[in-house]
Amino acid sequence: MIEVRNISKSFGDEQILKDISLIFEQGKTNLIIGQSGSGKTVLLKSVVGIHKIDKGEIILGNEVYSAMNHKEKQKIRKEIGMVFQGGALFDSYSVYENVIFPLRMFSTMTKKEMTERVDFCLDRVNLHHINNSYPSEISGGMQKRVAIARAIVLNPKYLFFDEPNSGLDPKTAIVIDNLIKELTIDFNTVTVINTHDMNSVVEIGDNIAFIYHGEKWWTGNNNEILTSDNKELNDFVFATKLMRSIKK
Amino acid sequence: MEFFYHIGKYLLFLKKVFKRPQKRKIFFQNVFFEIEKLGINSITIVFIVSVFMGAVITLQTAYNIEVSFVPLYLVGLGTRDSMFLEFSSTIVALILAGKVGANIASEIGTMKIREQIEALDMMGVNSESYLVLPKIIAAVFSYPLLTLFSMFVGIFGGYLAVYFTDAIPVDDFVYGLHYYFIPFYISYSLIKMVIFAFITATIPAYQAYFIKGGALEVGNASTKAVVYSSILILFFNVIITQILLS
Ligand SMILES: Nc1ncnc2c1ncn2[C@@H]1O[C@H](COP(=O)(O)OP(=O)(O)O)[C@@H](O)[C@H]1O
Ligand SMILES: [Mg+2]
Repeated sequence: MIEVRNISKSFGDEQILKDISLIFEQGKTNLIIGQSGSGKTVLLKSVVGIHKIDKGEIILGNEVYSAMNHKEKQKIRKEIGMVFQGGALFDSYSVYENVIFPLRMFSTMTKKEMTERVDFCLDRVNLHHINNSYPSEISGGMQKRVAIARAIVLNPKYLFFDEPNSGLDPKTAIVIDNLIKELTIDFNTVTVINTHDMNSVVEIGDNIAFIYHGEKWWTGNNNEILTSDNKELNDFVFATKLMRSIKK
Repeated sequence: MEFFYHIGKYLLFLKKVFKRPQKRKIFFQNVFFEIEKLGINSITIVFIVSVFMGAVITLQTAYNIEVSFVPLYLVGLGTRDSMFLEFSSTIVALILAGKVGANIASEIGTMKIREQIEALDMMGVNSESYLVLPKIIAAVFSYPLLTLFSMFVGIFGGYLAVYFTDAIPVDDFVYGLHYYFIPFYISYSLIKMVIFAFITATIPAYQAYFIKGGALEVGNASTKAVVYSSILILFFNVIITQILLS
């Protein structure tokens, strides 16, 4: 479990996160939703420790992650897998080199064990025969899957995804959503996903937190979200004709 | 004020850069990779620039000696000392600041805006050290070799110039090359080049590491990187010269 307690974050004079408290459960897909610019990415990066928070606490398991020094945090980071919005694959490394990279840096495995682990992870995300391709040579959906393979290669306890569906067509997006859901159940991870994609909300929204202008505005699950009477939430959820027709 | 802020930030950045590499084997691989990229890939440009500059310095000196009591061998000496003292270190460093500096700034800047540096940090990698230290080691190691290479090629260029023209007799030129040779000039140039290598590797990295935004900022960082490293090279050239030759 991850517990976020009363965190706030400002850049200069602008307060981006306002006293947010949340709980992310293990084995569940925990969604953070909200409009572009509402603060989802800042929230995610604050939880994993890329941004230093101004106030509040972040508890991973039973440890107060936010109070740790750099060295202690680095240790925990090997238990965190993160998939950035653009994938953040290293351009000069092949697919294989990208996925094996965390193992080479941090594991004590033999070369053969590493290769097996990489093959397992690439297989797990349904990627085959592209080991020697470079990120620029494969499609956006494949890049996302390589990024997911790299994120799970060290067997993390915590998985974070920033807009995993951005830039993907709806069909590929569903494949990625289902993959994230399966991995969460198989590896029993605490999975946190930023999204503004209503398909994902309906498909995999075990726990949903709606962020509105940097505040936690509403929490619930994918059934409750369709029947809530929260105005700002409804404006967000039923912004499209498609969603309005579902409501009727 | 801004100036002191950047000096402080730069020094803090260097402190992170000089953290001990986390995986020795990967570190050495990266160093070799950077030697190839920064050093070996610069051989051609250093060759071209040095051979032409050696030739032109020789011809200019030769055609400027009009009075007959100035011995012709001074042309060879002049070419040699221009290359050894100034050209093969300072000018070559300025050229590398343009080529390598822009390359480092755009590589690191692109990694920054595409969240790849954050990805490294999230994995628990010390990104500053992982990305920048191999470049520093590679530059400090290979630039002085490029200086030696440039000295050799520059003199070769001068030789070609007198060989193919009738500016001065070849024998006079060769005699001048040997005349009153001060070996310390070579050490002086190599010492300068080590400092210049450090500047051309770290300033562009620093410029790129803290950018925010998009491709436009990467371009800006590259430009700034080249300008600032060039100014620092010229500045340290004066300082080191005062210390070593006075
Ligand atoms: N590093 C930063 N420095 C200053 N402002 C930032 C930074 N990162 C994000 N912001 C601002 O924070 C706000 C929320 O951004 P973000 O979390 O990226 O939104 P989103 O919900 O679309 O992911 C935006 O107004 C953005 O400009
Ligand atoms: Mg975002």
